[in-house]
Amino acid sequence: MAEPPVSAEILFERFGPHPAYTPPGGWQDESRNPAERLVKTHCCFCGQQCGIQLKVRGNQVIGFEPWEEFPFNHGMLCPKGVKRYMQGGHPDRLLDPLLRTPQGFRTASWDEALDFTAKRLREIQEKYGKDSVAIYGGASLISEKSYLLGKFARVALGTRHIDYNGRLCMVSAGVAYKLAFGVDRSPLPWSDIAKAQVVLVAGANVAECAPITTDYLWRCRDAGGKLIIVDPRMTPISRNADLYLPVRPGTDLVLYMGLLHVVLRDGLENRKFIAAHTTGFEQVAESVRSWDPRTVAEKTGVPPESIERAAHLFAKAERAIALHARGVEHQSKGVENCLALINLCLATGNIGREGAGCAMITGQGNGQGGREHGQKCDQLPGQRSINDPEARTHTAKVWGITPDEIPQAGYTAVEIMEAIHRGEIKALLSCCFNPIVSLPDANFTHEALEKLEFLGIVDFFMSETAHYADVVLAGSLQEEEEGIGCTAEGRVIHIQKAVDPPGNAKEDSWIYCDLAKRLGKGQYFPYTSTREIYDELREASRGGHADYFGITYEKIDKNMGVFWPCPSLDHPGTPRLFEDGRSFHADGKHHLVVTEWRESGDPVSAEYPIYLTTGRVVSQYLSGTQTRRIGGLLEQYPNPRLEIHPRLAEQYGIADGDWVTITSRRAEITLQAMVVKTIRPDTVFIPYHWPGGRSANRLTHRTLDPRSKIPEYKVSACRLRKAVSPPEWARQSKGVNAPEAKGRA
Amino acid sequence: MHGYEFYVDPSRCIGCESCVKACEECETHRGKSMINFDFIDRRGTTATAAYVCWHCEEPTCAMVCPADAIKKGEDGVVQSSLKPRCIGCSNCVLACPFGIPKIFPEYEQMMKCDMCYDRTSIGKRPMCATVCPSQALAYVRPEEIARRREKPSNVFYFGNQRIQTRVHMMVPADAESISLDVLDYIWEESDAVLPQTQ
Repeated sequence: MAEPPVSAEILFERFGPHPAYTPPGGWQDESRNPAERLVKTHCCFCGQQCGIQLKVRGNQVIGFEPWEEFPFNHGMLCPKGVKRYMQGGHPDRLLDPLLRTPQGFRTASWDEALDFTAKRLREIQEKYGKDSVAIYGGASLISEKSYLLGKFARVALGTRHIDYNGRLCMVSAGVAYKLAFGVDRSPLPWSDIAKAQVVLVAGANVAECAPITTDYLWRCRDAGGKLIIVDPRMTPISRNADLYLPVRPGTDLVLYMGLLHVVLRDGLENRKFIAAHTTGFEQVAESVRSWDPRTVAEKTGVPPESIERAAHLFAKAERAIALHARGVEHQSKGVENCLALINLCLATGNIGREGAGCAMITGQGNGQGGREHGQKCDQLPGQRSINDPEARTHTAKVWGITPDEIPQAGYTAVEIMEAIHRGEIKALLSCCFNPIVSLPDANFTHEALEKLEFLGIVDFFMSETAHYADVVLAGSLQEEEEGIGCTAEGRVIHIQKAVDPPGNAKEDSWIYCDLAKRLGKGQYFPYTSTREIYDELREASRGGHADYFGITYEKIDKNMGVFWPCPSLDHPGTPRLFEDGRSFHADGKHHLVVTEWRESGDPVSAEYPIYLTTGRVVSQYLSGTQTRRIGGLLEQYPNPRLEIHPRLAEQYGIADGDWVTITSRRAEITLQAMVVKTIRPDTVFIPYHWPGGRSANRLTHRTLDPRSKIPEYKVSACRLRKAVSPPEWARQSKGVNAPEAKGRA
Repeated sequence: MHGYEFYVDPSRCIGCESCVKACEECETHRGKSMINFDFIDRRGTTATAAYVCWHCEEPTCAMVCPADAIKKGEDGVVQSSLKPRCIGCSNCVLACPFGIPKIFPEYEQMMKCDMCYDRTSIGKRPMCATVCPSQALAYVRPEEIARRREKPSNVFYFGNQRIQTRVHMMVPADAESISLDVLDYIWEESDAVLPQTQ
């Protein structure tokens, strides 16, 4: 309700983020008190969800051990995976429910906190209607929880407004795959990457955002494969690219249309495949006719010869793969960008066989599974559409309600915040989401949060968004509940419960079930374990595209994961889609879809002449609410820096380490410059993991892709000026809590 | 682990520092990372390098140690200094041509990578080479490394000093050994290239 009760500094002082450098008990504790057991489970960060073993003693995770037998990563981990065990015993961990007071927050009993939450939700719904309450979920939740959230919103609250932070991740790719193939999943297992002759990596900083995928790319190259990288920044893997295309931010679409232009101009398309398995080819061929290499070069800044060479490499290969991620997906043309890549694959016959196809590198832990079972605003479990009468009937039957009782589709994540801002939505219950850091245009988010009549947060740490809360319900980490996830490659994995939530913290699923009881809907949430929720999810997904019916916890353990769809208990799962030549569309065809060029929603101009693009660093995850507390990760990259090319820096008299004020059409922030030749001179880059005066998302804009409603994080316009003094955030020691960077430029 | 060798390939390093973070989790020296990690020239490139100790056949660090504190095992692994003997003089730090040994003032002792003796002796791979996501650090059988584009080399020249090591560096397939001396790359005889004085 309204602004945070006390200053952010006071809240940071009490709740952190405080960087913890040593494990519980200190570095030497393990030699005195060794682990009692190893729990084979998965990393909680990023869509690859690497296998890992957690060392457990008593009710505490005290370390890790690589899990070499797990076939995806063979024991490999990135630094986030190595240090993920530091969260459970972290001093910032929320151990009790908290209620807001004028002095800050006080601890409360669960009865008091949940009664208060239920009472406020009921009051607001009675006063303003069912849809005045919205639910935010998160893709990092296990699938049981994301299923539960979808049911909680529709059955316990009866609101149509539930959406999740995956809306900020890859939903544009999901929409594109549904349009082209009728299903939202990477069509290939990662082992195919190593088998390809050419891999095109489009807008994916694999080294930092999906580090283990590097291993697959290097195996591909060792077998003679060629690597094409498209990125405005020369990312670490670009050093080994056979061809590097430094695309201008926001112009990816015409680059891929240009590649198809060259393919068709030179007759390199696969006519036989196109005729047998696709629709829409002629229209797409017409749409790329004007995008010749010279025209594309002028738009994208990629040399015409590189465009020709990339097209020839891709089309002449027997097996080619296009991998893509946020670089193309985080645009107001996100869906079209993915479609253009899919069109390229379909025109060259690259789908449905080993070593060939296209794939999105899903970004969040359980980013795939978290979007399949009902926490998207327009979706029911099993990747069913909420608008489909048959889907509503099926789901209603599983839930024990009538189809009419299921609300219609609601707003997407950014639209929910906009509805809060204009006063249409009055209450928000949020889990696994830190919108003040992660949504675009952070000042707008700040204004919206201040207008809420009720904000409830379920989280294990006090996120910056929780500062605005009326109640904070101390929830659980990934390793504190048993469940499943689905990885970027479509492999359903088993998350083991390693420990109970510490102190008075509770399992997230318990919190939502108990809240449902207090809302008078307990009979629909009778679960005593997440396994019971999963069994219902299997039934709910049955017959849908994302059919999990044949996947049990035991089957996952036995097979080191099972790929969906898996419609029956004796079904082996489906590692590679479309091997029978058929898509999931009713006509069985793969659909080529026409794409059309248009400007970014925040175009560069004389006043804002520089492209701003944002992204991740390897040591931080999403809004940083977990990883900014882990000292070993924070010291690797303590504060956001402005990556800028020496040529551009010289124009503004900026030297490495200088403070620079970056101004967009919405706000300005001041950061230190990192002068590097590894970025286009017309573009600057800022990582987005930090809040307040360090927040890249104060600068970004709310233009959404019209179909997927993903924000355009990758393309904004800005201007620069050298700052005369360090900004406020750098002068305060509290709240920043960051050590000096080591060994950086 | 019998039949396994250690290979380092900076061209595959993605700078994630997973090795640095994982090394400090090893039980025998928890809290201290023994990985040498560098951004080569971040202004110019994303190139990074992560190194373990090269485990020389004739370890310079042991040769210059006045206290006879540095021992090489029969397996070819050069150990950290022996705590009762090490006098913390830093001779090894100064002499090692690879810049590997580190003095830890709080222990008054030199410690370095021992190729995870505690792990390899019980059939596990070294921690850094297990977690490395990009094959920059690898502990595998030679036949597996033979599938790579590059080839392994373990002979280094530092001026006149020829060093053969247990750990291999991956080099371009046509390279015989690794020399860091320009002299080895120029066409003229080394004497002829010097300015001729009267």
